[in-house]
Amino acid sequence: MATTVHEPPRAGREDDSPPRPSGNGGGRNLIPASGDLRAVKRYSPPPAFTGIWVVLASITMTFLAFTSALVVRQGSGSDWRHLTLPRVLYLNTLVLFASSIALEIGRRQVRAFFKGVKDRAANPARWLSIALFLGLLFVAGQVAAWLQLRSRGLYLATGPNSSFFYVLTAAHAVHVLGGLGGLARVIRKLKQSTLRKSTLDATAHYWHFMDGLWVYLLWLLWMKL
Amino acid sequence: MHDVPVHHHAPPTSFLRKHVFSLDHKVIGKQYYGLALIAVFVGMILSWLMRIHLGWTNLAIPGLQLLSKSGAPGGIITPEYYLQLMTMHATIMVFFVLTTAPFAAFGNYFLPIQVGAEDMPFPHFNMMSFWVTFIGFVVLMSSFFVGDGPTLGGWTQYAPLSAVGAVSGPGQGTGVVLWATAIAIFCIGQLLGSLNFITTTLDMRTRGMSMWRLPFSAWAWFITSIMGLTAFAVLMPACILLILDHVAGTSFFVPGNLVINGQIQPHSGGSTLLWQHLFWFFGHPEVYIAIVPGMGIVSHVLTPNLRRPLLSHRVMVYSMGALAVLSYMVYGHHMFVSGMNPVSSLVFSFPTLVITIPSTIVVLIWMGSLYGAKLRINSPSLFALGFISMFITGGISGFFLAQPSIDIMLHATYFVVGHFHLVMGVAAMFGIFAGTYFWFPKMFGRMMNETLGKIHFWLSFVGAYCIFMPFHYLGIAGNVRRYPAFTDDYLQPLIPLHRFITVAAVLTGIAQFIFLYNLVHSRFWGKPAPENPWEATSLEWSTPSSPPPFDNFGGKLPTVYHDPHQYGVEGASADYVMQTSPEQIKSGHDEA
Amino acid sequence: MAKLFAVTILLIAIGSAIPILRHTWDAPPDISTHGTLIDEQMSDTMVEAGISFLVSQILLAFFIWKFSSSRPSDKIKTFPGGAKTIVWAAFLLVGTEVLALGVFGVKAWANVYLTPPSANALPIQVQAEQFAFYFRYPGPDGTFGPVHPEMINGATENFFGIDQTNDADSKDDIVTAEMAIPVNREIHLLMHAKDVGHSFFVPELRVQQDFVPGLDLSVHFTATRIGRYEIVCTQLCGLGHYNMKAYLSVLSAQNYDDWLKKQAALQ
Repeated sequence: MATTVHEPPRAGREDDSPPRPSGNGGGRNLIPASGDLRAVKRYSPPPAFTGIWVVLASITMTFLAFTSALVVRQGSGSDWRHLTLPRVLYLNTLVLFASSIALEIGRRQVRAFFKGVKDRAANPARWLSIALFLGLLFVAGQVAAWLQLRSRGLYLATGPNSSFFYVLTAAHAVHVLGGLGGLARVIRKLKQSTLRKSTLDATAHYWHFMDGLWVYLLWLLWMKL
Repeated sequence: MHDVPVHHHAPPTSFLRKHVFSLDHKVIGKQYYGLALIAVFVGMILSWLMRIHLGWTNLAIPGLQLLSKSGAPGGIITPEYYLQLMTMHATIMVFFVLTTAPFAAFGNYFLPIQVGAEDMPFPHFNMMSFWVTFIGFVVLMSSFFVGDGPTLGGWTQYAPLSAVGAVSGPGQGTGVVLWATAIAIFCIGQLLGSLNFITTTLDMRTRGMSMWRLPFSAWAWFITSIMGLTAFAVLMPACILLILDHVAGTSFFVPGNLVINGQIQPHSGGSTLLWQHLFWFFGHPEVYIAIVPGMGIVSHVLTPNLRRPLLSHRVMVYSMGALAVLSYMVYGHHMFVSGMNPVSSLVFSFPTLVITIPSTIVVLIWMGSLYGAKLRINSPSLFALGFISMFITGGISGFFLAQPSIDIMLHATYFVVGHFHLVMGVAAMFGIFAGTYFWFPKMFGRMMNETLGKIHFWLSFVGAYCIFMPFHYLGIAGNVRRYPAFTDDYLQPLIPLHRFITVAAVLTGIAQFIFLYNLVHSRFWGKPAPENPWEATSLEWSTPSSPPPFDNFGGKLPTVYHDPHQYGVEGASADYVMQTSPEQIKSGHDEA
Repeated sequence: MAKLFAVTILLIAIGSAIPILRHTWDAPPDISTHGTLIDEQMSDTMVEAGISFLVSQILLAFFIWKFSSSRPSDKIKTFPGGAKTIVWAAFLLVGTEVLALGVFGVKAWANVYLTPPSANALPIQVQAEQFAFYFRYPGPDGTFGPVHPEMINGATENFFGIDQTNDADSKDDIVTAEMAIPVNREIHLLMHAKDVGHSFFVPELRVQQDFVPGLDLSVHFTATRIGRYEIVCTQLCGLGHYNMKAYLSVLSAQNYDDWLKKQAALQ
């Protein structure tokens, strides 16, 4: 029977540190657009930071399920007919990457604000808007790809390959649209000076993840279809 | 004390924001509970109809023709309507009761309080989680009133029966689409909920609340939310593909050359086993999503009534974690005779047998903790002990079903029905009851009536055994499940046993109205609850009032000094030490 | 109250065991060559599960009886050995128990599914459809003609969609609604689903196997006792699921030949 004296509560190294913020994220890490900073130190990971990984894990699971469905379906029937991917997909890939880069430039400028570096020339809101626009362009490009496939007479139910093409790209596009919604919200909050660093970071993670997911899907479509 | 003032949004004042579209996790928890309560009574009445039909096939149930003219002409249930009722019973119970009540309802209400937070981190998502789930329920229920009624394909919705449309039977048209839509919507709701649960546990713990100081119930919800995150993320794409097969004419699950009702189906090349794999990859973890919160609640309810902590906090948590991990490796045991490669049946059978080890550890930890305890008998502890008894019985019948060779005889028989009803139906339900009697005083500031609670327990405990134990005998005798009537010669001798079960089911069902009465009556006229009626230690009993104020701890977050479940502590001023008590104690119980 | 609870658990545990011990409801007697192993596995598991069930319920009842009457002044006792013993016990007892069951069970399973049918096994094709089974015997040539799904027609009783005018192999195929097999001869049952999933279950034969649309499976078995048995469907297949059945007649070799001749004459 072990006899241990209870440790005092573990609340961080310093005694006067604030407890972990809770309730709606606490409103403690607001980033003002003006660059006037109220940085919060000793901050435990804000929920949005953890939350985004949780979201990404669940999206990964969903696409893994789609992938295994594709692999099983390819093996089950003899009706697997290869299709050539519409060329516009490759252009879309570049657009999506460019969007991520624009978002990253904007995020660096916000980060610089956060660190107290004042740069009059920086305009993070513009870069974020560019990222948003490029994201929309990507979705438009995907729609163009669907139209191209349609014009070739390949519809959702034509064959397993076209089915998977539409399902996977549409599922990805829905997630991209979700990301665009998040991005629009970030821009609005930045303009209102109520943007939290964690929100921006989470949105950026999500957005870059969409790139990775798209590259994976493109590889899968290219390999399997 | 290190209590630090916190800033929180002001409580809402409008009726809509307060009670309907509330962001408060406590209100959302109660909404989930209300939804589960409606769902469980609907599900139970469906089971009555089924049981009555099974006992007395030609008996007219007066008034039933009003619900479905074609399904129950003159009140006599047709075979297809029986299957539709059965499918709805299972879907409602599995999704809208066993997932929502122990996990979403109690978890929402108590997880933030038990970690010492004012709310979940994403209250808007939390609100959406409930309302999305609610829409899912409405969509599911609507299938009773459209076209030729709800789907008859069983809650497992095996393709191609579920994927080819109305040609395969009544309810297989609109009914299946509504079913799959409802489940996909439900998945979204639970994914949003899991997101909140995980972040709450990881990021919202108050000062001093390390992971190992979380009580069992919080651990159980945390583990369950991780399972939910992965399981529902797989079921949702499966449902989407099913809907596409159904309405868009794709062939994910439907192979070619099927001749149904004299028509060749315009599909080709799909894999019917693919649906089963995707479904059971979700389906088996779902069993643990239903039961692990029950284990957590039972451990949480038992400790104050044993006046001692469980033998080991960590072993219990590790066992629940092991169950969660193993639950993904065993799903193939639902498919032993499905035409899956016979070698994979053996491969799936071993983790299935191994999963009995953590289950046994959990049970033995409870039993070992009972040894030498000072057991208090009250409604929550009775239901918690009843859970243990049910879990043992239901778990042991799993020995049989884990073995592919025995499954040749028992697959798709009432043995399976008895097994899962005991282990994930009745046991999980007992967990919900234990939680309800235990936490009601905290949720509503009033005690539930003990006498009625005990009557409810006795009738439910004996009743549940009378219903579900004979299911095993039926299964051993080869009685196939999902039969609306028994026309085979070898099933005739079993009909008296079916009638016995029907009588037991109706009586046990009636007993549940005692619970409903107790719930409603105590809500308004119950005895006012003392601050800490069970002399329990976890944070929900440290809130300034019952029910807790809008921000849970009245403007100050608590500081945690001790492990949860510190009961029977030697040398302490009382026989239990609250987690928030700064008292220095020597502990003999499993500190780390 | 606690004592009453303990007694109730005890009574329920014993009451539950009685029908099992008295074999009140039992599986129908086995008529197959491979079933002995399954039955042995079943009874071994029943013994182990029964003992586990009784011991744990009785222990639970005993603990509830004993420790509900503790006085407030009593000291808390800890289970000898604590959690460590329990974990070890679980791993050793239950671990070996279930692993033993699993390992022995492999033999019973392999016997059915991992051994190929012998070369002289009698091939019979069974087709499941909503809500009937149909059987096809290859006739003297020993081969089945191909299936043409578009020719399936219930009205003309062409259940399998066989083309007897153009396919040579189909000419002598015999289609029946009832299954007859010779006793003590291995049967190789080729399973085909016409529409949705079904299952082939003959409890006496210790055979249960799903029909998977799009995937033709097979099982093989030998029946050892003459008699008439029911084939039932165990995979939910629609509104007539409960009524989907056929009869299996196990006949002596002589009777089987006569039966087959009679069926051939009816084609």
